[in-house]
Amino acid sequence: MTATATAPVRAAESGGRSTLAGTGTLIRFILRRDRVRLPVWIGAIGLFTIGSVASLPDIYLDDADLAARADLMNNPGLRVVSGPGYGLDDYTFGAMIAHEYLSWIAVFVGLMSILLVVRHTRAEEETGRAELVRAGVVGRHASLTAAMIVIAGAHIVLGALVALGLGSLGLENVGQESSWLFGAALAAIGIVFVGVTAVTVQISEHGRGSGGLAGAALALAYFLRAAGDAGQDPSSTLSWLSPIGWSQQTRVYVDDRWWPLLLSVALTIVLAGIGYRLNARRDVGAGLIRSRPGAPTAPASLSSPVGLAWRLNRSATMWWSIALLLFGLGYGTIVSEAESFAEEFSAMEDLLDNFGGTSIIDTFLAMLISLMAVAVSVYAVLTVLRLRSEETGGRAEPVLATATSRMGWVASHVTVAMVSSAVILLLGVLGLGVTAAAALEDGSVLPRLLGAGLAYLPAIWLTVGLGVALFGVVPRATALVWILISYAALIGSFAAILDLPEWTLDLSPFGHVPALPAVDMAWTPVLVLTGIAVGLFAVGLWGFRLRDLETK
Amino acid sequence: MTSAIATSGLVKTFGATRALDGLDLTVRTGEVHGFLGPNGAGKSTTIRVLLGLLRADSGSAEMLGADPWDDAVALHRRLAYVPGDVELWPNLTGGESIDLLARLRGGLDKARRDDLIERFDLDPTKKGRTYSKGNRQKVALVAALASDAELLLLDEPTAGLDPLMEVVFQDVVHEAKRVGKTILLSSHILAQVEKLADTISIIRLGKIVQSGSLTEMRHLTRTTIEAQTATPVTGLEALAGIHNVQVADGSVRFAVDGEHLDAAVRHLTTFGVRALTSHPPTLEELMLRHYGDEVAANGNGADR
Repeated sequence: MTATATAPVRAAESGGRSTLAGTGTLIRFILRRDRVRLPVWIGAIGLFTIGSVASLPDIYLDDADLAARADLMNNPGLRVVSGPGYGLDDYTFGAMIAHEYLSWIAVFVGLMSILLVVRHTRAEEETGRAELVRAGVVGRHASLTAAMIVIAGAHIVLGALVALGLGSLGLENVGQESSWLFGAALAAIGIVFVGVTAVTVQISEHGRGSGGLAGAALALAYFLRAAGDAGQDPSSTLSWLSPIGWSQQTRVYVDDRWWPLLLSVALTIVLAGIGYRLNARRDVGAGLIRSRPGAPTAPASLSSPVGLAWRLNRSATMWWSIALLLFGLGYGTIVSEAESFAEEFSAMEDLLDNFGGTSIIDTFLAMLISLMAVAVSVYAVLTVLRLRSEETGGRAEPVLATATSRMGWVASHVTVAMVSSAVILLLGVLGLGVTAAAALEDGSVLPRLLGAGLAYLPAIWLTVGLGVALFGVVPRATALVWILISYAALIGSFAAILDLPEWTLDLSPFGHVPALPAVDMAWTPVLVLTGIAVGLFAVGLWGFRLRDLETK
Repeated sequence: MTSAIATSGLVKTFGATRALDGLDLTVRTGEVHGFLGPNGAGKSTTIRVLLGLLRADSGSAEMLGADPWDDAVALHRRLAYVPGDVELWPNLTGGESIDLLARLRGGLDKARRDDLIERFDLDPTKKGRTYSKGNRQKVALVAALASDAELLLLDEPTAGLDPLMEVVFQDVVHEAKRVGKTILLSSHILAQVEKLADTISIIRLGKIVQSGSLTEMRHLTRTTIEAQTATPVTGLEALAGIHNVQVADGSVRFAVDGEHLDAAVRHLTTFGVRALTSHPPTLEELMLRHYGDEVAANGNGADR
C-alpha cells in the first residue's frame, strides 16, 4: 500500500515520466558499481591509443619511411584490416592514425559498449537482481536509460581524452581541431553500439546471448567496411553501410568532415527507440526469443575428461582457428611487396636483422610466424587456465569425486591446450603459406612454412607448462603466466627497434626458436624447450596431487 | 555389521581455522546415517576429506576398506556424491551433465535415470546457466542416484528443493536403503534427518559431540509431558530429573529426563489422569541442548 501510494508522488517529482522514475539513482548506482571498471576501460583504450601514436616518430623517421608505409598499406589485403585509405598519396602521421588505427580501436570501443550495457541490463535481469530493483520506485525504462546514459557518457569522456591527448602530442599534421573529430568519431562508434546492445538485450534472455548478438553486429559492421575498403573506391557503398565506416568516412586528419557522424547519431536514436519499444512490451526477465532446448542426453564424445575439456573449449578453438587462418591468408598476399617496403624503410631493416636472415622475404615470413606463435600461446594459456576457473567455480569438485584421477583431469585440459594450439598455429601458417606461395609463385614455400610453425610448438607448450606448474604449486598466482606472455609479445616486437641487448630476447622462450625459414633448423634449443615444458608439466602435476582442492 | 566409513581423530585446519578438530565418525554398512550440525560445523569438510579432495592434517580415515586419499579413484567408482552447492557447466544441458558425471563414474542405469528425471520433474534439455539452485541440485541427485554406487555421500542434498520434491527425495533414499546402499546424509534440516536416518552423528566445531540411533539419543533427552488431572498435581519437583514444572487449573506441563520417565508417570497417575500427551524430543531440542549457547548468542539457530 505504501509503495503504491508514494509511487505517483515520486513520479510527479521527477516530471511525471513514471517509466523513468529512479533513473538518477540508478545512474549513481552504476557509477558506484563501476568506479574501477569504467576508468580502466577508458584508461586502457585511451592511453594505448595515445601511446601508440606517440611512438610513431620513433618508427617512421622521415617522409620516405611514411611513403614506403603508404605503398605497403595501399593493398587490398591490408585495407581490409585498416581502412579506406584516405591520404595514402601524401601519407602523414594524421592520415596514418585515421587509416591504420581507427578500425581496430573501433573494435575495442564497440566491445566496451557491448560488455558494459549487457552487464547493467540483461545480466542484472538474469541474476534476478533487477527484480529487486524494479520492485522499488523504479520505472520500466529506468535501468535501460541509466545504462545508456552512463556508457554513452563514458565514450564521450574517452573521446575527449583521446582528442586532448593526440592534440597535445604536437605531431605534424595532428592538430587539436582534427583530433576533436577523431575523438568524436571514436565516441560515435561506441555510442552506436550502446544503441545496438540496447536492442539485443531485449531479444535474448541471457547476458551471453545478448552480448553474442551485439558482437555479431560489431563483426558485421567491421566486415562490411572491410569488404568495402578492399576495393579501389575508398567511398564504396558497402563501407557506407557500416557505423565503423561512417567514422572512417569523416576523412579525419585529411579532409575533416563532421557530417558522416550525423548518421551515427540518427542510427543511435532509431536503435534506442526500438530498444524502448521492445522493453515496454516484454516482461521482466523475459526475452523476445526463448532459449532453445538442448540435447536431453550427452553425446558419446562427452564420456571422458578429455571429452569434457574439448567441449568446454570447442567454440573458442573454432574462433581462434578462423582468426589465425584469416590473418595468415591476409598477410600471405603481401609478402611479395615486403622486399620493396623493407628497402625503403629504415626501422624494418633492424627488425629483420634481429631474425638473422639473409632473404628479406624469408625473414618477413619468419617474423609473421613468430607473431602468430605468440598469439597462439595466448590461446593455449587461456585454455589450460580453465583448470583454475573450473576449480574456483566449483565444477572441478563433482568431476574429481568421480573415478577421474587428478592426473587424468589435469592431463585432459593440458592435452586439449597442446593439441588445439598446434592445430590453430598450423592453420595460420597454412593460410600464410597458401597465399604466399601464390604471391611468390613458388609452391615450395608452403612445406617450409609448416616446418617453421612446428618449430614453435615447444615454446608454446612451455607457456602451457608454466601455467600448469603455477596451477599445481601456487594456484592463487596462476595469472603470473601472463607476465611471460606479455614479455614475449613486447620483446618480440620491439627488441630490435629499441636496440635492447641480446639477453632480453633470451628471456622469452620464443627468442630461442630458430627463425625458420630465414635460418637453418637448430635442434638443440627446440629440444631444450621441450624438456623444460615436460619438466613444468611434471612439477604442476606433482603439486596438484599433493594439495587440497580449493572448494567453495 | 562392518563399517562403511570410520574416521578417528581427523584434524583439518585452514590457516587459523580448525575446521575438523579430532573427528571420530563411524557409519555402518547399509545404514542411513544422519550427519547433523549447523553451518560451518565441518560437515562439508569431513565429506571432502572422505572424497580425497582435501587432505587431513592428522588422524585416520577409512572408507569401504580403503584410504580416501591414496585410493581415491578406486573408491570413487563405488560411491556417488552430491555437493551442497552444485555448480554446473553453463553451456551443457542438465541431461548432458547427468550423463557426463555418471559416465565419469563408470556408467549409469538408463531406465533409472529417466525414471528419476520424471519423478524429480526435471527438464534435462535446459542449459546449466538457466537452472535454479533447486534444479542444479536435482541434476546432481539424478546423476548420483541413477548409479549403482554402494555408498552415497549427500551433502545437504535438499537445501534448494521444495517440500514436494523433498518427499520424492525421501522415497528415493528409502529405495536406495532397501537395496542395501549406505548413505551419509548431511543436513541442518532436522525433520529430514529424523525421517530418514537410522543413526545420527551430531557435529559441532569440528568434533562429533553425540552419536547413536535416534532412540538412543532420545533416551538421553527430555520428554515433555502435558496432563490434565482430577486434582492438582503436587510434589513433582521433589522427583529426580523433572524440569520446568508449570501447574495451572488442573493441568500440568513438565519435562522429564528419559531415565526418569517411568517414575514421573507413576506419580501422575495418583492424581487421576484425564488426558495425557507426551512429546518425544524433536531434533531441534536435541540441537538446542548441544548448541544452546550458540543459539542464545545468534538469536537464530540453523540459519547462516
